[in-house]
Amino acid sequence: MNDRRTAFVLITPLMAALALAFLLPLGLTLWRAVANPEFRDAMPRAAHLLRAWDGTGLPPEPVFAALATELPGAQAAQTLGAVTRRLNEERSGMRSLLLATARAAPGMEAPYAAGFATLDPAWADPATWRFLRRAASPMTAAWLLRAVDLAQDDAGRVIAAEALFRPMLLRTLSIAATVTLICLLLGYPLAWHLTRMRPEHARIVRALILVPFWSSILVRSAAWIALLQRDGAVNAALVGSGLLDAPAQLLFTRGAVLLAMVQVLLPFMVLPLAAVMGRIEPRLMLAATGLGAGPVALFLRVFLPLSLPGVAAGCAIVFTVAAGFYVTPALIGGARDQMVGSFVVFFTNQTINWGMAAALSALLLALVGLVALLSRNALRRIAA
Amino acid sequence: MRRIVAITTPLTLLLLIAPLLAVIPAGLTGGETLALPPEGLSLRWWKVLAEDPRWGEALLNSLLVGMGATVVSLALGVPAAIGLWLARFPGRGVVLALCALPLAVPSVTAALALYFGLAAIGLANSLAGLALAHAVLGVPFVVIAVLASLRMVDPVLLRAAAASGATRPAAYARIVIPLASPGIAAGGLFAFAASFDELMVAIFVTAPGAFTLPRQMYAGIREQLSPAIFAAATFVTVLAITLMWTAETLARRRVRGA
Repeated sequence: MNDRRTAFVLITPLMAALALAFLLPLGLTLWRAVANPEFRDAMPRAAHLLRAWDGTGLPPEPVFAALATELPGAQAAQTLGAVTRRLNEERSGMRSLLLATARAAPGMEAPYAAGFATLDPAWADPATWRFLRRAASPMTAAWLLRAVDLAQDDAGRVIAAEALFRPMLLRTLSIAATVTLICLLLGYPLAWHLTRMRPEHARIVRALILVPFWSSILVRSAAWIALLQRDGAVNAALVGSGLLDAPAQLLFTRGAVLLAMVQVLLPFMVLPLAAVMGRIEPRLMLAATGLGAGPVALFLRVFLPLSLPGVAAGCAIVFTVAAGFYVTPALIGGARDQMVGSFVVFFTNQTINWGMAAALSALLLALVGLVALLSRNALRRIAA
Repeated sequence: MRRIVAITTPLTLLLLIAPLLAVIPAGLTGGETLALPPEGLSLRWWKVLAEDPRWGEALLNSLLVGMGATVVSLALGVPAAIGLWLARFPGRGVVLALCALPLAVPSVTAALALYFGLAAIGLANSLAGLALAHAVLGVPFVVIAVLASLRMVDPVLLRAAAASGATRPAAYARIVIPLASPGIAAGGLFAFAASFDELMVAIFVTAPGAFTLPRQMYAGIREQLSPAIFAAATFVTVLAITLMWTAETLARRRVRGA
């Protein structure tokens, strides 16, 4: 009992730190994927009245009046920029409409509805107001929908949008799956060989697997540039041996990305495979041989099933890490080889659209969580 | 099978080792541009590296961030690992899973979350913030290494020490910490190496002037790929492999020691 109390005291600081420094930020990411603070922060009264309006026809005069005072106020407080940027992402034309209205509003008099309509006919269109009503909501589905190429129309119905992210998401999955498959095909025989070698050879092979594993992904991506560029070592070897007539474009291709990713991720496959294969009881194989199993039956009916937990673990790890790759495709892939990570970095660092970055990141997290769940079930079924 | 692997194993191993073999000569070229095989051997790009203040600053930043991250991961990870070793209790599996979570989440997602967290407390563009984020990513290594070094040790030793008249702090200082020390050293080295190599959070977090070594290399590769980057890559790789080799050796020592 005393030990338990000591254990609790020793563990609590780390748990608190991880909760604050990792779980909370992870939750913040998920929140940012649906958060919609811009309009409400800049124009709270207009937002409140828009939410109270039932959404049919044009809103009542107080909504116009609130906008007429809060738009110039937000511009003076320099919070209008964030609102126009946010709204223009979803509906083009909103930026110029709001800025023009903010400029004209101080010269208007009640009733504001008429003044707004003369300034721009868009204010007489119920669709504009329904859009603003959604923009005033504390949460938005816009980023998550955009991440799978969907949008909401003026009535709030989900509709198909421009095909932008779905091809990229499918590409992420296809690259991750291809890399996983190649790693399995190369890693399985290597792991098998590793568990069967004399110990002094196994030590060397293990070092050859671990040493690249320990070096940075960035360094290895740079190395592939040196190897694969037009006058690089691989082209020189291919031309020199007569396999190619002239140097080929190897860099910035899908093949280069797959090759480099397999090189990085192969140890994640080999190490769990070798761990599981090393625990397979050799006497089982002897017994099967004694009972008349040929080499093919021995492999298919004894060794392979026993090694499946390693296959599942290796594939789950490789797929998860591969799906989150950024550096390798960014450095040695072409524009058509970029994965989800590139877009997360783009939206975070270039356009500063944190909602979109968070939505893509949340989608990636959900995907990896699904794979983890599936592989866990597979593992349990194998164990049973 | 035996005949197949006799061919595939050497080829697979060649694939694994090829990039590292390419890095060293690429940084030693005597020519103006990146070339493999190198145009004569020279240390000119190593000289460029040593004389450019940006690389010196990046190295210093990396060392500072790495040491900060290591100290924080050790301060939080070592007690937690000892606590996990000390007692079985309900929820122990959850605690272990939470410790490993920063490594189980895709690196982009983890990096973005850490960046949002730092932005929320106003540390988004500082080396201290980067060290904190790296500490979160380094803690799993510390917990795993320390827990592994204590695996063969029975907590009943503490009761024996108490029976022999040792106070509780004395029992920890003279029994648990020495037994865990290879794991503590290995975990610290793993955490430092992880920080020294980390790029993803560094891409989000650091402003120009606060670049770490990987961030400086990344910027260099995107701007113009000079052989100096490969000299830097050689340096980083040799350091990383030395650290990890030492950590692995330390981590393995416990098996014989205990």
